[in-house]
Amino acid sequence: MNLNVTMVAQAVTFFVFIFFCAKFVWPPMVKAIEARQKQIADGLTAAEEGKKSLESASKQADAAIAQARGRATEIVAQAEKRVSQMIEEAKNAAKAEGDREKAAAKSEIEQEVSRAKETLRTQVATLAVAGAEKILKREVDAKAHADILSDVQKQL
Amino acid sequence: MAAAGQELTPTTYIGHHLTNRTVSLGDSTFWTLHLDTWLTAVMLGIIGFGFLWWIARGATAGVPNKRQAFVEMLFDFVDDQVKGIFHGNRAFVAPLALTVFVWVFLMNAMDFIPVDLAALFTEHGLQQREWKPVPTSDVNTTFALALSVFALMIFYNLKVKGVGGWIHELFCTPFGSNFLVMPLNFLFNLVEYISKPLSHSLRLYGNIYAGEIIFMLLWMWAATGLVGSIFGGALALGWAIFHILIVALQAYIFMMLTIVYMAMAHESH
Repeated sequence: MNLNVTMVAQAVTFFVFIFFCAKFVWPPMVKAIEARQKQIADGLTAAEEGKKSLESASKQADAAIAQARGRATEIVAQAEKRVSQMIEEAKNAAKAEGDREKAAAKSEIEQEVSRAKETLRTQVATLAVAGAEKILKREVDAKAHADILSDVQKQL
Repeated sequence: MAAAGQELTPTTYIGHHLTNRTVSLGDSTFWTLHLDTWLTAVMLGIIGFGFLWWIARGATAGVPNKRQAFVEMLFDFVDDQVKGIFHGNRAFVAPLALTVFVWVFLMNAMDFIPVDLAALFTEHGLQQREWKPVPTSDVNTTFALALSVFALMIFYNLKVKGVGGWIHELFCTPFGSNFLVMPLNFLFNLVEYISKPLSHSLRLYGNIYAGEIIFMLLWMWAATGLVGSIFGGALALGWAIFHILIVALQAYIFMMLTIVYMAMAHESH
């Protein structure tokens, strides 16, 4: 073991390298590593947040869909109600119209009947007069027996 | 690889490969500089930390390329070790640990280059007769590292606990502040403080130096003939594979002890 000035030289060299390492090599490298670690951590946090917001968004979407579905059912129910109401109204209107027409026809028929009766009565009276004339074999003075004729006519 | 005219014996072979290239800077033997150790260490440091600097300068917080991913893995590994042991501001201790790990690992890794190939390059390429390529098999390097860590330990002891606090710790732990056990406490701490840098440096030095020696013994066996070449080569392959573990493990241990010593300096009892 011959210790000599080499030891001093090596020690000085050692300190130079330590200084160099501590000043120029270690800090930028560690800075880069730490920056990346931060980036990764931030990315993970952002991913977590994204997941959470996705969850809440899908929850909101579900709620909106449920609401829309409820509303649609309600609208359909309303529409159905309205339709049945309309059908009912139409039915009623048709029925009323039918009734009205029926009544009109009935009255017309009645009028016709009474008119026919009237005509019939007149004709029957004429026939009766003619018959009576034939039976009596003489001319009946229509003027003289007008009261009798109208009486007969009324009895018919 | 012996010089011409010199007989190749185990002694000359090993001696040749384990002799440092020296430069004398003064009169006494202390002023001898091991040029090979120092220059190789400096070159390895420049390559290693230059690479890290190059990556760190262009580091992006976005998707890293493979080079950056590799360096980040290394940084994460070192930072995790520091985090586990040292509780405090890591702005200095973590780069210190990284420096220790990378530098010691690279210096140990010089062991992977077969000594004779290295010698071929240094002798014929650099015209250096003697050149020991593994800086950590020079006790000067390991002592320099361990004593630097030791100095930092003393510095942080004083900085964190203050002079009074540190002296109090030296005399009052681990057995308590009774007046009678104070000398015993101090003796304990003294032994601990002396053994720390010694074990720290000699563990690394011993492992790497022994590894070198074993390689050389195997290479010498390989030089004795065909049978020696086959068995020596096979054993050297096994030892080389095992040495990968030793190189990485010793660098790791050196780093961990550095972190532990720093942590101890920052924690008061």
